[in-house]
Amino acid sequence: MIDRRTLLGRVLAGASTTLLAGCYDLAEKPWFTGLLSQVEGLTREAQHLFAGPHTLAKEFTKADIAPVFRANGTLDPGTPEYKAHEASGFRDWRVTVSGLVDHPLSLSMDRIRAMPQRTQITRHDCVEGWSCIGEWSGPQLALILAAASPKANARYAMFYCADPMTAEGDPTHMYYESLELSEAVHPQTILAHRLNGKTLDVAHGAPVRLRAERQLGYKQPKYLQRIVLVDSLDGIGGGKGGYWEDQGYTWYGGI
Amino acid sequence: MTADIARIPPPVPEGVRTALGLTPSGPHYFFYRHRAWVRAAHWINALCLAILLMSGLNIFNAHPALYWGSGSNFDHPALMLGAYADEFGMTTQGVTVIGGHQFDTTGVLGASRIDGQLVARGFPSWATLPGPNWLAMARQWHFAFAWLLVFNAALFVAYGLWSRHFARDLAPTRRDIAHLPREIADHARLKFPHGESAKRYNVLQKLAYCLVIFVLGPLIVMTGLAMSPTMDSAFPILPWLFGGRQSARTIHFLCAFSFFGFFIVHIVMVMLSGSWNNLRSMITGWYVIRGTRHD
Repeated sequence: MIDRRTLLGRVLAGASTTLLAGCYDLAEKPWFTGLLSQVEGLTREAQHLFAGPHTLAKEFTKADIAPVFRANGTLDPGTPEYKAHEASGFRDWRVTVSGLVDHPLSLSMDRIRAMPQRTQITRHDCVEGWSCIGEWSGPQLALILAAASPKANARYAMFYCADPMTAEGDPTHMYYESLELSEAVHPQTILAHRLNGKTLDVAHGAPVRLRAERQLGYKQPKYLQRIVLVDSLDGIGGGKGGYWEDQGYTWYGGI
Repeated sequence: MTADIARIPPPVPEGVRTALGLTPSGPHYFFYRHRAWVRAAHWINALCLAILLMSGLNIFNAHPALYWGSGSNFDHPALMLGAYADEFGMTTQGVTVIGGHQFDTTGVLGASRIDGQLVARGFPSWATLPGPNWLAMARQWHFAFAWLLVFNAALFVAYGLWSRHFARDLAPTRRDIAHLPREIADHARLKFPHGESAKRYNVLQKLAYCLVIFVLGPLIVMTGLAMSPTMDSAFPILPWLFGGRQSARTIHFLCAFSFFGFFIVHIVMVMLSGSWNNLRSMITGWYVIRGTRHD
């Protein structure tokens, strides 16, 4: 009987150690990580079911705006090209729209500022867990995409940015992201060039960044230069649809 | 002859037998206490909660601070696990700050050792899944097992209602409530039900299980969903209910530690009231009752 109890203790201690070691091993196995990415699909489908394409993120009042809006990720792209743009007040900055569209566009900042504007006070949710409330202004991406006339087979909007993600400034590792077309044309998805009533500063993505208010922060790229509509994420960058996705983060960023 | 007598083990006192969870020396019989679906749900639940807690601590380490309200008031966290470093950038001290009061928690919270080296991290690597700070992977584990927990809980609750398991075995009766003071006094003196009364959950068990299943469980799922910006757009009532996304995150954390507290009390109670008997009944369904069968 005592043996049984000793055995029980050993089994429990062994089981917990084995369970943990097993978990670490599992995280390395392709079949398991494959299963985990299936779960991402389940989460995405379930959230689509509940939220659909039209539900709006809560909009707050001016009293809710955070005194300091935390800047995260790249705080200054720092490349010679970007410094030149900054020195000239982003006079020659362009946001281009290309790929699966009938009318490719090249928009100057003046042009972006001249379009109908949307101002929204929203909560920014970082994947790390913190939130900040700020007021963003800019044209709806839906308006810009409508002007470009997407082709019927366009499924995703790719966003290419001016910030390199390696210390050496390697031009083949610039920040990029992607959204489903339905999320790209959501009414609160805007190309923001103002934060809290002021021209967007370098730390927050000057001269223009994406706001997609139902998504986490990493889905809302800063220093935006090119929008490309595509029918598949395969073969682009690391093939996962974004810089952080290529590092293992889920492509679906609604949770 | 003398050698044979020496081989007979000394009698183990009944109190010790119970404490060790051994089969009683006196008359006893086996009672089928937990049906298979309850046992399956229990162990799936246990696995999910362990993985959810540990992966949750890893996620927390990505920003080891809690706030109240919609946004994060970085200057006034409700709770923060932080670290101090010397002029060479080496971590020297880990601290826990609760409502402005700072406590030295070096080695466990704020700063702990990895390969003998003190590093700044909220919870120590032995408590997190995966061990290294790895937000992307921890999130994948967390969401996968959150789904499993919710599926398991939904089946458990549906079957518990349909089979009248909840009504029959979990809902406290009027007699239970009347026995509450007596039950608390007995538990405080570590006197646990034996014989016939061990076939049913006592009132403290019923209340604890009901609290976990019908309050803590739904609360931790809802506060978890309230952290999702897409869910908040679909159900604006979610963050509103909890006073904002950051409050929801804080309540989620408190729920997680309430679950952990429940787990500790549960394990202690299982051990005090007979480890092996309890464990066997949750694995095979069969529980040993002292005395002779009356039914």
